[in-house]
Amino acid sequence: MTPLPKSTSSTQETILLKGENLTCIREDRLLFDDLNIEINTGDIVQVEGPNGSGKTSLLRILAGLSQPYEGKVKFKQILTSQCREEFHENLLYFGHLPGVKGEMSAEENLSFNLALHGLDTNQTVDNLANMNLLGFEDSLASHLSAGQHRRIGLARLYQSRAPIWILDEPFTAIDKQGVASLEQRFIEHANQGGCVILTTHQDLLAIPSDKVKKITLDYAFE
Amino acid sequence: MTTNTELTESSKAALAPTDTLNMTDTQHNNLSYRDAFFLVLKRDITIALRHRDDIINPLLFFVIVVTLFPLGIGPEAKTLSRIAPGIIWVAALLATLLSLDRLFKSDYGDGSLEQMLLSPHPVFLLVLAKIVAHWLITGLPLIFIAPLLAVLLHLNEQSYGALIFTLLLGTPVLSLLGAVGVALTVGIKKGGVLLSLLVLPLYIPVLIFATSAIDTASIGLPYSGQLAIIAALFFGSLTLAPFAVGAALKVSTN
Amino acid sequence: MWKWLHPYANPEVSYHFTGRLLPWFSALAAILLSVGLVWALLFAPADYQQGDSFRIFYIHVPAASLSMGIYFGMAIAALCSLVWQLKLADASAAAMAPVGAVFTAIALLTGSAWGKPMWGTWWIWDARLTSELILLFLYLGVIALHSAFEDKNLAGKAAGILTLVGSINLPIIKYSVEWWNTLHQGSTVSKLGKPSMSLEMLWPFLFCFLGFAMLVAVIVCYRFRNEILARNSIRPWVRDLVSAQANHK
Repeated sequence: MTPLPKSTSSTQETILLKGENLTCIREDRLLFDDLNIEINTGDIVQVEGPNGSGKTSLLRILAGLSQPYEGKVKFKQILTSQCREEFHENLLYFGHLPGVKGEMSAEENLSFNLALHGLDTNQTVDNLANMNLLGFEDSLASHLSAGQHRRIGLARLYQSRAPIWILDEPFTAIDKQGVASLEQRFIEHANQGGCVILTTHQDLLAIPSDKVKKITLDYAFE
Repeated sequence: MTTNTELTESSKAALAPTDTLNMTDTQHNNLSYRDAFFLVLKRDITIALRHRDDIINPLLFFVIVVTLFPLGIGPEAKTLSRIAPGIIWVAALLATLLSLDRLFKSDYGDGSLEQMLLSPHPVFLLVLAKIVAHWLITGLPLIFIAPLLAVLLHLNEQSYGALIFTLLLGTPVLSLLGAVGVALTVGIKKGGVLLSLLVLPLYIPVLIFATSAIDTASIGLPYSGQLAIIAALFFGSLTLAPFAVGAALKVSTN
Repeated sequence: MWKWLHPYANPEVSYHFTGRLLPWFSALAAILLSVGLVWALLFAPADYQQGDSFRIFYIHVPAASLSMGIYFGMAIAALCSLVWQLKLADASAAAMAPVGAVFTAIALLTGSAWGKPMWGTWWIWDARLTSELILLFLYLGVIALHSAFEDKNLAGKAAGILTLVGSINLPIIKYSVEWWNTLHQGSTVSKLGKPSMSLEMLWPFLFCFLGFAMLVAVIVCYRFRNEILARNSIRPWVRDLVSAQANHK
């Protein structure tokens, strides 16, 4: 396991999210054991590892969607299970599934997603424009492509105020230009004091490599 | 392996918004419990109205099942009116069971369910909104169409009131209890048959008291006792089921 | 107050603890059942009304009450598992479910066999038999749900939620079935009701009841130990155990 780089000397940094002694077992296979993670404000963390190494499991455990076999996840030093509401207000999770309903238009989908997380719905069209979906606002999502579904789901990134972003393969089915602008957004978010935890099989091009912290999961293959 | 250095900084005041991003106070609280409830309710009804098959198919199923009985038993009015309450109620149970699938399945399949579980709102509230939407879409139409079927089955005229009242109080119980079953099976590939095995035994008390109320009404006796028991079942499941559903969904999305 | 329980939440400790209990349970079950059954079936007096067919009572009633008792046990285990996140409680509920289902089936079969000479028919919608049938459905639902999940931990939690929902419903179902039964009662009056029991009948009954209860304890212990091993197969202590046994052979 690759150790996380020690945090830099910046005094502004605070720990946003912390995983302690995380152990994950799937189908009688140990994916990771006794894993410790600290994620600070301003971090962009890339979780690496071959398919089936537990990247998605780790992200879901951090987001609180899955329970680790052993270990704890803490949001600012408090167990996430004990501060569910505060934690969820500070969390944006985007998984393999975009959370987009085919029966609703792109704009309705985004509005619902924003409203559900307590965000303003006045600028949905601008957000959709950011994701290159201008002209599709009123199309039913069932008429749009898989990539466009993911763009609708990701459009929330442009309005989210949550500092913790957990993104599982955000670049899947997104074109080059879209990837570049998402990466810009990640940098912006990190500079504003947020953090991004993501998995991707692509190389991060726009984000300088010294800014990216890496967590490598390869326990299952050792 | 990284070893954690214990944080010595103030961790107690940690939850207070410290950075520019966390807009907890200004941003979030403008969505009250009521708003969140109606947000989900409106969304589910919108989707259902755009996907009308989901409303119409269980209704058709209800009608067809009921029409099969006279064909199987014979058209004799006396026999039919004797078994009408049971037939209508069993058909209502099956129609509800058939429609339950859509309660969480598509939300589970496209990831919306995860997003709801990760929203800052209490899960039971969102779940309750979905169940209410489900009842409005599938339970309420059953009540409108039931008197028509009662005519086909020669139900005793004195029993119509009891039929409507029991359906009005009983079908929400079916939706609430059924939601627990769906929430438990939504992650399972072939959950449909399993769902009926889980849910139908739980429906038995509603069936017993509802049909007995209709029977009692047909001989002109007061049936408020049975109605009161169904109402008790309704309030009991209304308070407990959303929590069970929330817990079950957390297991299913795991 | 509950501190003393803490070590037993450890799978390894529980495994060895139940291992030590097993021989005692087995011996007790063997003694109680052999004494009780021989006494009940051969020496206890026959019922003056029902004759020898009454003797099935010595199996039917213990099975029926144990089937309810095991469901109650599962509900307690499910509650512990959901409230305190005890993984072992899941394992114990999983161990109990099939045993409970089998005892429910035994109660149904013996009840029906008892009904034949008494009512002249194999099945009658008697309140107790009907409740027992529905209890069987509840058991089968829990078992089916448990086996539908691939992950044992999730299976345990899901089955636990269902067990709890079922346990809230069970008294309601039982009550409503009894009420329904009195409502629709025709000429046949249930004779499964309280047979006035003389002491000569009570003693063998107690032996049988405790014997069957011990039998349940033995089977549940065995299954519980297997569940622990299956759930902890990647743990070093299980591997050591397995290799030790392999070397022994």
